[in-house]
Amino acid sequence: MPEITGFAFPNDIHVTWSLMIVMYPYITGFVAGSFIVTSLYHLFDRQEFKPVARLAMATSFAFLLVASLPLQLHLGQPQRGPFVIITPNPTSAMAGFGILYSFYLLVLVLELWFVWRPEIIDRAKRSRGFARVFYSTLALRTYDLSPEAREVDHKAIKILAGIGLPAACMLHGYVGFIFGAIKANPWWSTPLMPVIFLLSAAVSGIALLILLYQVFARIDGRPVVATCVSALASWLWFFLILTITLEQLELIVMAYEKSESWIIISQLLTTRLAFSYVTVQMIVGGLIPLILLAVVVLMNRYLHDKVRNTLATVAALLCLIQVFAMRWNIVIGGQLLSKSLRGLRSPFEPEIFGREGVLMAIALFVAPFVILWVFDRVLGIEEPEGGVADGHGPPAVPPAGAPAGSHVP
Amino acid sequence: MSDCHDGCDSSRRDFISFTLRLTGGAVVMVAGASALGSSEAPKSVGEAYDWNEHLWAYLVDTTKCIGCGSCVRACKAENDVPEGFFRTWIERYVVGMEDSHVDSPNGGMDGFAPVQVGFVATKSFFVPKICNHCRATPCTQVCPVGASYRTKDGAVLVDAESCIGCGYCVQACPYGSRFIHPATHTASKCTWCYHRITRGLKPACVTVCPTQARQFGDLKKDGDPVRVAIEHDRVQILQGHLLTEPQCYYTHLDKEVR
Repeated sequence: MPEITGFAFPNDIHVTWSLMIVMYPYITGFVAGSFIVTSLYHLFDRQEFKPVARLAMATSFAFLLVASLPLQLHLGQPQRGPFVIITPNPTSAMAGFGILYSFYLLVLVLELWFVWRPEIIDRAKRSRGFARVFYSTLALRTYDLSPEAREVDHKAIKILAGIGLPAACMLHGYVGFIFGAIKANPWWSTPLMPVIFLLSAAVSGIALLILLYQVFARIDGRPVVATCVSALASWLWFFLILTITLEQLELIVMAYEKSESWIIISQLLTTRLAFSYVTVQMIVGGLIPLILLAVVVLMNRYLHDKVRNTLATVAALLCLIQVFAMRWNIVIGGQLLSKSLRGLRSPFEPEIFGREGVLMAIALFVAPFVILWVFDRVLGIEEPEGGVADGHGPPAVPPAGAPAGSHVP
Repeated sequence: MSDCHDGCDSSRRDFISFTLRLTGGAVVMVAGASALGSSEAPKSVGEAYDWNEHLWAYLVDTTKCIGCGSCVRACKAENDVPEGFFRTWIERYVVGMEDSHVDSPNGGMDGFAPVQVGFVATKSFFVPKICNHCRATPCTQVCPVGASYRTKDGAVLVDAESCIGCGYCVQACPYGSRFIHPATHTASKCTWCYHRITRGLKPACVTVCPTQARQFGDLKKDGDPVRVAIEHDRVQILQGHLLTEPQCYYTHLDKEVR
């Protein structure tokens, strides 16, 4: 039984939302954050992000495929999970998940298709047997790669990115809303919550891409483009400043207006969450990367590529820890605090094995990288050098259904 | 470069027709009958009970509670409440000018042993707690599938057969009245003993209370003591600032109670 300091309502000693509900915003954060990066290129034409634009989109997709699993694993009656979509209660914010998730998935899949169309067609033409059926199905039997067709593709990509960006932000802002709109819990109930979630999503997405970019560049034997790393580091710094500022503002407002909950929340932060909030979220994951990124951004032109990459990588790793700590401190921290506002329960220790255990959380975090690897094998994340349309020669045999006259020269 | 006159048209036609066929196969029409506004009465209801004829309310006189714990034990027995979880509980307040002490050992089920406090206590009292069956309750608002609902006679209930066990309602209740049942993995809470009140009985906690600190009444019945008290006495509710409109009223509530 957990120990209680002060007085907690008897049912408040149980942590109902456990590790899976920490993983859920962590994973959807990568979905939104990666999409923000890909949009910087596809929507806002920031050319410095070109080297990571496709990787970012694939990352968003890989994490999106996993995003609903923690929720499903958390449910007491998982077989009834589809009820949220089939018989939603329109007054519940949670009922919006199905709509937001499906809509974003649709937009993202469409955008992926337009972006990867040349690769799909190339592979459809080059493969045989089952692979050919697979790729020509993926190509939707359209093999037109003429400049006019590519122009249409680019327009579609831009429009979809324009729809996808707010959709991704909604998908993650909604997670913050779920917490921010619970008036029963003063640690959650603030209109800042969706904004903080969204900003920290951007932090986690950009940080992950800094790491993934280095890894993929190494695997593919490509050089790491310095301008891309600098740009990612600048934006990471920007979003980290905003995130930490808002996280602190929330506390300062509570403390300054001496809200009724401040006494218990200040105890929560300085006792139960002293390590995960003060040490990890604020110092190790906040202050240190803030300084490292300041060095990268402010002294950029004096830095050797290796130094810049190392500093950015270390800062990115710490940012990933910061965002996880933030999710933990919100989700778990909010439940260590009794709604009596008179008591705190002892720190929550997640189980190791079980459905909501640590191993499952690790598996959920690893799964998107496996999906990314498969994605790379099936479609290739990076554009082949020289482009697919020009450098690979004509297919041995035109695929069935490919109309004459639409072949790439 | 490919020639794109007739070729493109046929390509476009092929593409559209193929895509429609592909997606058409995947479209599943789901009849989305919302669970909200269901007019079906809950199960385990007395025969000939008409929920349109009643509007239940609960009244606690904190000066009468002696902290014997009978109500908590009766509730556990009547509703098979799992160990470590509570549909009702009693809080003990020991209050002085400088400090206060609150406890509820095992929900008050075994009564209260004497307590020593490190300040001069000037008053002490017990406060029974249950689900407030709020009129504007956040727990039913947040339920994503409408499994939590308020009946026409004012009880807030959970349909355990459609509850998905997400725990959102547990988080949304400001009073700590809900929990996830460890056996059914669905939300559970006080029902005002709905199976009893629809058969003309009182909730178990009210029935066993030796001092009538807990009372249960019908706001649609003229002369009902609970209705009279709510109509004419000074009554309070818990956490009124949250505007949940509790239907569990208190008399003589102290400022220390939340």
